[in-house]
Amino acid sequence: MIPRPKPERFRLRRTMMFMNAQKPGLFKDAYIYGCDSIMLDLEDAVAENQKDAARFSLYHALKTIDYGDTEVIVRINGLDTPHWQEDIRVCVAAGADGIRIAKCESAEDVRTVEKATEEAEKEFGVEVGRTLLMAALESPKGIINAYEICSASPRMFGVAISGGDFRKCMQTVPQPDGVDMLYARGQMLVAARAAGIQCFDTVFTNLDDEEGFQAEVLQNKAMGFDGKSLINPKQIRFVHEVYAPTEKEVIQAEKIVRAVRENADKGLGVFTVDGKMIDIAFLPSAERTLRLARAYGMYEGDLV
Amino acid sequence: MKNAVGRDIPDYLLVNGKEVYQGKNYMDGKYVQKAGPKTRRYEQPQESKIVASLADALRQCGAKSGMTFSFHHHLRDGDFVVNMVMKAAIEELGLEDLTIAATSLGSAHDPIADYIEQGKVIGIQTSGIRGRMGEVVSAGKLKTPAIIRSHGGRPRAIEAGEVHIDIAFVAAPTSDCVGNCRGIGGKSNCGSMGYAMTDAKYADHVVVVTDCLVDFPNMPASVEAIDVDAVVVVDSIGNPKKIASAAARISQNPRDLKMAEDVARVVAATPYFKDGFSFQTGVGGPSLAANLFIEKMMDEKNIKMGWAIGGICGPMVELLKKGKVGKVIDVQDFDLDAVNSINQTPNHFEMSASQYANPANKGAFVNKLDFVVLAALEIDTDFNVNVLTGSDGVLRGAPGGHPDTAAGSKCCIIVTPLVRGRMATVCEHVVTVTTPGDCVDVLVTDYGIAVNPLRQDLIKCLDEAGVPHVTIEELKEKAYSLVGRPDDLEWEDQVVAVLEARDGTILDVVKKIKPYTL
Repeated sequence: MIPRPKPERFRLRRTMMFMNAQKPGLFKDAYIYGCDSIMLDLEDAVAENQKDAARFSLYHALKTIDYGDTEVIVRINGLDTPHWQEDIRVCVAAGADGIRIAKCESAEDVRTVEKATEEAEKEFGVEVGRTLLMAALESPKGIINAYEICSASPRMFGVAISGGDFRKCMQTVPQPDGVDMLYARGQMLVAARAAGIQCFDTVFTNLDDEEGFQAEVLQNKAMGFDGKSLINPKQIRFVHEVYAPTEKEVIQAEKIVRAVRENADKGLGVFTVDGKMIDIAFLPSAERTLRLARAYGMYEGDLV
Repeated sequence: MKNAVGRDIPDYLLVNGKEVYQGKNYMDGKYVQKAGPKTRRYEQPQESKIVASLADALRQCGAKSGMTFSFHHHLRDGDFVVNMVMKAAIEELGLEDLTIAATSLGSAHDPIADYIEQGKVIGIQTSGIRGRMGEVVSAGKLKTPAIIRSHGGRPRAIEAGEVHIDIAFVAAPTSDCVGNCRGIGGKSNCGSMGYAMTDAKYADHVVVVTDCLVDFPNMPASVEAIDVDAVVVVDSIGNPKKIASAAARISQNPRDLKMAEDVARVVAATPYFKDGFSFQTGVGGPSLAANLFIEKMMDEKNIKMGWAIGGICGPMVELLKKGKVGKVIDVQDFDLDAVNSINQTPNHFEMSASQYANPANKGAFVNKLDFVVLAALEIDTDFNVNVLTGSDGVLRGAPGGHPDTAAGSKCCIIVTPLVRGRMATVCEHVVTVTTPGDCVDVLVTDYGIAVNPLRQDLIKCLDEAGVPHVTIEELKEKAYSLVGRPDDLEWEDQVVAVLEARDGTILDVVKKIKPYTL
């Protein structure tokens, strides 16, 4: 039995890699590729008559394999299917770090999953509140209701858009400049930030179009996404490269974090670093820079 | 007596000056008396050397019981020649007590297992041994222990007279009527014929077997008529589909690609990765895929590869054609892209096995090699590699050029998944040491990289480049934690194969497997 540490609600999630829960040979050690989170899929990737087998694979993998620092999230089946309750039970029993709610359209959906999760936690003797939640917005209604979804539960750590279904609803297809989902991405990002949770972009499915993938990742970062869902390990490195801060940013962030802490001890709220006015509001972003730097192997200090 | 890799070598094998392995470069500076063959003079001009059958060729060369016949393995698993020759010798001429000295043997040669069981073939000297032949030898049915040598160890042994070839058989995709041979232009093409070259120079007699007779002179010849006694034309020397695959494809398996990328990161972190560097890689999934990532890093650094050697396949030829590698020198070809390129694409050359890897000559290419990327069946915590015996102790592999390139190169990188099925690849003790750990520098697995502690310089390079690495003990423990720790194999006393180090000392022995009972 591998005990998993208590999930951290706000950790780095630059890369969330989908793996089919029906294929234990592939996901058993998916952590070797270095993504931040593994997204084990019980939904679309698993054939209707294999849902049960996939749950068993998932359960035994999480119980016997040490995934280390790699977060393990499970995408459960939609609330309109007969599978989701059993999916939640297996996630909780196996000790998954979080659950991704497919096709989420309202705060009510989140609360439904939250309730079932709490019941499962009690059933399996798991600390209540341990299991985190995130929502996938796949429809215009989900995008419209983004803020109520994002703020529906203290378990919620993030929200993601699912491009495939969303684009179908909107009668569009992927565009090189991302204009097809520009509004939806923007709306979701604003909602997530307003609710104080993380926000992730959809998968890029054409593995042969490296240029298109790279353009999308760069746009994701520019828009303010925390990370991206991926379908193949070979997509990981580029995302991590893009999200890595520059050497200069790291030095600056280190100075800020240090200065904020030192000045707080002295009772100073506002001060200057390299001639720039700095206050406590700069701290979260500077700390995030250092965490990103550490994750990319650029920072070995002890400030974060 | 225990050797430098801790293997116990039975004393009765240490006769006639045979020594146990003493470590890398032990023979450096010693002198060797080369053995010359006894060859027949052909003063009288001959119109043609074509004889009607293999049996006639054997008779003409004075074949008799107790002789050693040599073969080369460019036709790989498609080869028909070994089986044809041995059938003629044993079933038509009634010869016995024969020794096969081949550059390698594979499952194409399963029928030879019968001759071993019948006691007609009493000796095997080869780099590779697989299939049924591996099984019967492991079962102790060969009268004398098989001798396993690397591709460089073999020409060394031949030149030193430790192997005396009575008749060398050259499988030639094309030949003219007097025996000038080439690996291209026929119907069973193999490209390079590098492994046949030393054999032809040191054998008493040389018989060319071809299925495509061409006009004289067949130039430039890989094996030259000046060394050839007879030419036999047969219907087919091999199955082209198994000789050279269609273009070797670079793996799309994410695990292979991850390992390949890590290999490239190791390569790029060393001081040897500079304009004009030299490189050899295998054709296994992650080894071949390393080409892809190394090319990227060459582009980033704006440098070119000076030269590449080895068994060659398409992706390396591609690099040559793109001008990203200066020269390709080639002892064997693995796919049709390489077969069709050798001696055709400018700067794609052929070389002999001796020129490639012989530790006793004065200028083997392996000694100038910066990097080699190799696979392994097993690697232990002393970095000793096994590429010969399976987890059941049965012979099923080939050292090939592994020990030669590992010893010669400045940076030898082994790339292998940490586990295969239920087997731990990184283990406490390999079943058989085929490449000694003092020649192996870096291990790349899907679960992490480990550097041989003998190479503190490389550890420093990786640290400076930010390439994470762990100890090989950690990798071994990880492997055992996943698949469990196997019980030790159990052996009888009988030695079934002697594993010669490339310098001729004894690196390890393979014993007869004790039948397993539940």
